[in-house]
Amino acid sequence: MQRDLVRQFFYDMLLARLFEQAAAEQYVQGNIAGFLHLYPGEEAVAVGTLRAADPGDYVVSTYREHVHALVRGVSADAVMAELFGRVGGCSRGYGGSMHLFDVQRRFLGGYAIVGETLPIAIGVGYRLAMNGARDAVLCYFGDGAVNQGTFHESLNMAALWKLPVLFICENNHYQIGTEIHRHSAMAEIYRRACAYGMAAKRVDGMDVLAVYGAARAALEHVREGLGPYLLECETYRYRGHSMADSGAYRSALEVAELQARDPLLTLRARAVEEGWIAAAEIEALEEKAQQAVESAVRFAAQSPPPDDMYHGVYAQPVDLYRGQP
Amino acid sequence: MAVMMYWEAIRRAQDEELARDPMVIVMGEDVGVAGGTYKATKGLYEKYGAERVIDTPISENGFTGLGIGASFIGVRPIIEIMSVNFAWLAMDQIFNSAAKVRYMSGGQLEAPVVIRSPGGTAHQLGAQHSARMEKVFMGVAGLRVVTPSNPRQAYGLVKSAVRCNDPVFINEHELMYNMKGEVPDEEYFHPLEGSEVARQGRDVTLFGYNISVHWCLEAAEFLASHHGIDCEVVDLYSLSPLDRAGIKASVSKTHRAIIAEEAEAPVGVGSEVMAIINEECFFELDAAPVRVSARNVPIPYNHRLEKAAIPGAKDVVHAVLKMFGKQ
Ligand SMILES: Cc1ncc(C[n+]2csc(CCOP(=O)(O)OP(=O)(O)O)c2C)c(N)n1
Ligand SMILES: [Mg+2]
Repeated sequence: MQRDLVRQFFYDMLLARLFEQAAAEQYVQGNIAGFLHLYPGEEAVAVGTLRAADPGDYVVSTYREHVHALVRGVSADAVMAELFGRVGGCSRGYGGSMHLFDVQRRFLGGYAIVGETLPIAIGVGYRLAMNGARDAVLCYFGDGAVNQGTFHESLNMAALWKLPVLFICENNHYQIGTEIHRHSAMAEIYRRACAYGMAAKRVDGMDVLAVYGAARAALEHVREGLGPYLLECETYRYRGHSMADSGAYRSALEVAELQARDPLLTLRARAVEEGWIAAAEIEALEEKAQQAVESAVRFAAQSPPPDDMYHGVYAQPVDLYRGQP
Repeated sequence: MAVMMYWEAIRRAQDEELARDPMVIVMGEDVGVAGGTYKATKGLYEKYGAERVIDTPISENGFTGLGIGASFIGVRPIIEIMSVNFAWLAMDQIFNSAAKVRYMSGGQLEAPVVIRSPGGTAHQLGAQHSARMEKVFMGVAGLRVVTPSNPRQAYGLVKSAVRCNDPVFINEHELMYNMKGEVPDEEYFHPLEGSEVARQGRDVTLFGYNISVHWCLEAAEFLASHHGIDCEVVDLYSLSPLDRAGIKASVSKTHRAIIAEEAEAPVGVGSEVMAIINEECFFELDAAPVRVSARNVPIPYNHRLEKAAIPGAKDVVHAVLKMFGKQ
């Protein structure tokens, strides 16, 4: 393993963990509102897949996408400010937690409708295929999304037209309160790809090195023009579905078992053991991540709110009925 | 009369109907084990079992279609769609199947389904979770649309909807589930058609439905005490069909009309009520009717912009004062 890469993984996951903790605190304090879906436990998925991607690749994600944005290079300041609903946010305060966008980084959004990311991703993939480019699309969705028609429709079209899309299922085993065996006849999600003759694999989503390796291979397949790929990452969310959910439908034992496989702590232990990162360096990285998060909260708090209600409804301001006499 | 919350009223109605008729089933995302996102199905899974209180996958068009298909041959499904924003995905089955099957089968089949779903703008849920979709549903022939403004109506409308042989869409509101109100102790069936005068008045009619009834009532109290304007408030709990006679009667009495809705104005409840006023009692009017509605934008996340996008009691007051030349 390359030391730099491992260090990067560690820092990414650490920043992700601390960022989400800060977001939860800010939510409780009333600075963030709406639905806030956090990522602790699932960090290895976003980090492993996005670090395997190139800057030219596109990313389409769900409402649980803060960490995807961060790893993609959107600053913690811009993500936090978006959660605060401020102009300094990556969607200028109009989107919120579930709708992060940064087109410059080819981060084409957070979408809040389950199953919505797949058709969008194949559309982007279609354009890339028209170009004959080696760029790919990384398309994220949860285990709950695979029972939407759009999942099957999109897999079929992607396979039919050999679109350069890496479908990444973040299988955390729950669709809010419904456990996967209660929502899916086929709970091994990667196996569904065979219906479309699509390459697929399941990987331990708690192990960032494994995710990274699998994503590299999958992206290579996609870039070679061999068609789309379905990568299922088995993972777990430690918190409730959103801040509104306590997660009471899961046993303490189950949560404890998965916490024992914490992707961040596992990597940290292994990195020290293998001598990939020195203990002192870990402290420095922790300090750096902590500061980045604190600065993000400060930045967000100071950023002004947006003030133009009609900005972005249409390409040009349209003289339409604007409502309210 | 017992005082209960809106969600409790819906839960009670479903409980009674499940107990009465083994063909009644409840289905939707997290309605079973989890007891419902807004608790409207709390305890029903334990009481009636997994076959009749069904936790579905996230397959809105699929499971809504399942309910509709089952209703063709005798099942009486109550389908909960977690939020109207996800009902877009089930439009095919609702519009193409449920709303049309009686007609296109020459009256052989019917789709006695109830589809319940909360709409409205809550607190900073962002553009994709803040739709107000009643205007979409009410424009489709074959579908009934009702929208309770209080627990009594919520209870009675669910009861009547289950017994009705047409598909009924019940438009609820995310912010209203904890609202308290009196509900009759005995079984009560609220009519699926008509309107209710929520407050008698002489000077102007304020039309509202669901949450906007409360803005109208609040505005009416304020206008009475501060400006001596006596508002009538008409609660349009049935959006399809709209109560032409009720609208006409009230406007013929007050000669002025204001329609308050949480949705954007274009192609909305307000436009429809205005059209009815035009058709039914144009010559009764002393002033041009006015709509109070949302800004014509996707709902912004930022809380100040969000608040500014959605109307409320203040906007109703403002519209009334303007109509009376007091502002
Ligand atoms: C079409 C649609 N239906 C329902 C919802 C409500 N909802 C939001 S997230 C969610 C569960 C999604 O589970 P999964 O796809 O496994 O993703 P996770 O949240 O576990 O990451 C549901 C039902 C929605 N946003 N969109
Ligand atoms: Mg999940």
